[in-house]
Amino acid sequence: MKVTIYTNKSSMQSPILMVKSMWKDLISSKDLSLQLAVRDIKAQYRQSILGILWAFLLPLANTLIWMYLQGTGIINVGKTEIPYPVFVFTGTMIWSIFVDSVQMPLNQIIASRSILAKINFPTEALFLSGIYQVIFNAAIKILLMVAALLLLGIYPNWNLFLVPFAIISLIITGTAIGLFLTPIGLLYNDIGKIIPFGLQILMFTTPVLFPMPVNGWAHIIYYYNPLTSIVITTRQWLIGQGADYLPSFITVNIAMTFVLIAVWVVFRIAKPLLTERMGS
Amino acid sequence: MSETLIKAEHVSKKFCRDLKTSLWYGMKDITGELMGKEKKNQTLRDKEFWSVDDISFEVKRGECLGLIGRNGAGKSTLLKMLNGLIKPDRGRIEMHGRVGALIELGAGFNPILTGRENIFNNAAILGFTRSETRNKLDSIIEFSELSDFIDTPVQNYSSGMKIRLGFAIATHMEPDILLLDEVLAVGDMGFTLKCYNKMDELLQKTAMVFVSHSMPQISRMCSQVMVLKAGKIETTSNDVSIAINKYYDQYNFEKGIIFKTEDAELESIFISSNGVKSSQSELFEMNTEDSFQVHLTIKLHKPIASPTLFLNFLDKEQKAFATVGNFKDYFKLERAENKIHVVAKFNSIRLTQGIYSIQVGLMTFENNLRRNLFRNQSAIYFKIKSSNPGWVPIQFVPEWEIIQ
Repeated sequence: MKVTIYTNKSSMQSPILMVKSMWKDLISSKDLSLQLAVRDIKAQYRQSILGILWAFLLPLANTLIWMYLQGTGIINVGKTEIPYPVFVFTGTMIWSIFVDSVQMPLNQIIASRSILAKINFPTEALFLSGIYQVIFNAAIKILLMVAALLLLGIYPNWNLFLVPFAIISLIITGTAIGLFLTPIGLLYNDIGKIIPFGLQILMFTTPVLFPMPVNGWAHIIYYYNPLTSIVITTRQWLIGQGADYLPSFITVNIAMTFVLIAVWVVFRIAKPLLTERMGS
Repeated sequence: MSETLIKAEHVSKKFCRDLKTSLWYGMKDITGELMGKEKKNQTLRDKEFWSVDDISFEVKRGECLGLIGRNGAGKSTLLKMLNGLIKPDRGRIEMHGRVGALIELGAGFNPILTGRENIFNNAAILGFTRSETRNKLDSIIEFSELSDFIDTPVQNYSSGMKIRLGFAIATHMEPDILLLDEVLAVGDMGFTLKCYNKMDELLQKTAMVFVSHSMPQISRMCSQVMVLKAGKIETTSNDVSIAINKYYDQYNFEKGIIFKTEDAELESIFISSNGVKSSQSELFEMNTEDSFQVHLTIKLHKPIASPTLFLNFLDKEQKAFATVGNFKDYFKLERAENKIHVVAKFNSIRLTQGIYSIQVGLMTFENNLRRNLFRNQSAIYFKIKSSNPGWVPIQFVPEWEIIQ
């Protein structure tokens, strides 16, 4: 029979046991997370008329705004290799996938507050379920985007099959950042308010709406921003170009995977301390 | 089948009174945990207190431990530690086998999805696999008596229906340990009885910990009761009635609410027994089966036609458990003015030990309509001493005859 022991010992004191239980919880949340994801997606679309289109409408509106700003000369973003509408549209869509992943962990926990304080189940299921939902929405976005690209006369090539890897790296990076902020965000709701603002700033230092600056200090910021290589690579694979930033894309991915695991450990350790302060 | 499934040794948990400070301590504790610091002597920091303090117990399979105590005594915190949701600050908890918790039934139901869809989701959160749930689906729906509504969104369910569904799912998971917190407080009578039967059935195979404020529920379910007071164990007893009485003793007995009109009021009330009269300052004590008299003086501010006087005996939860006859037997006069002075004599009632009170009221009838003139909720308290334990107020002593 399974024996569980609870003491005040930090699980950092027995790392092997901790890794084992992390693995066990991840495996045991496999079914649950899928089910929760299906539940949330169903519930989300059952109460909506436009449904799936919402994944697409907001980035589209954003694209139109920036096309207007650029077209009227209010803002001049400089020359892009591809037509500016395509640049902005792909950029906004890619960025929205990243934003979804950053906001997902905190939102998932807050939405499940009541069960977390009452039922003991692997929290990993909530995050996995969140990831599934981000992937689901991302898949819709990519499909619609490819359709739109074809209409605009841009033809993707075999590189399109590499896009899922780029999506995964967007999700890994976003989730790592989001999960890092979750413990503090659950204690202080200031974090929840800062996240959208921080994401805005991050967007303007990533080639989402503007191409990579060629020189000056802006170039240095863009250059050292780990998201730059991910966004550029995603876009290039999407529109059928080769990846110019492949080496740094791979480096960033490896680094972010380790960050994600580290942040996961932090969350697990913080979880009981958070539960006692979350109440119901 | 009597192995120990729950073992708690010197379990303690501290909480912080102030939210801001609590959040700050939370940040500090998280970093401390990450460093893997050894916490040898856990002491209280500023604004902290022990919410659960040095609690030890064991529960074997087939046993049910009842946790009673006033609000904030630490019952739910203890339950959360047993469930592994929060960590103890001191001590050690050992849980053997699969743990099920009936803490808030239907937690995690999605209002938009149907009852059937929610069964699968809720069961998955509780640790069922999809095929296990599929096997038990019919039995769950049948138990919940909701087959007509099972494909309706849960947001259209009444709160009682949600509880039914939640209870049906949770009890079908066959745990080794079951933690229950105030679950049966809601729901209609028929379903509550059904839940009891289900719990009796589960009790054969599980170790239970049951938190409740309802003493009848506690005495029905528990083989052992622990009374908590400000986080500490006040009493643990295998005799449920002793523990229940200890719990009742935690309450101060104050004169109850007085309702009165301008027409009449209760001027005085006292009890006498064996020639001793009760005084205002002290709790009157007598032995069970002693005969006693209740003396009442009622002041009337104007003449009253057909005044009718009644007495009810209240238990510690202010529930009436005995009354003076019925409408016919109440003390009635044709007409009265100024004062009514009466004595009600009671002979050899076998009252269980404990504290009781008497409710007194006077009413009149005008055109066949009842009008209350005054009602004093707990006009007087008295204590019964007895060597017979128990918690149900009145004990009948039958003559037993052996047939076979």
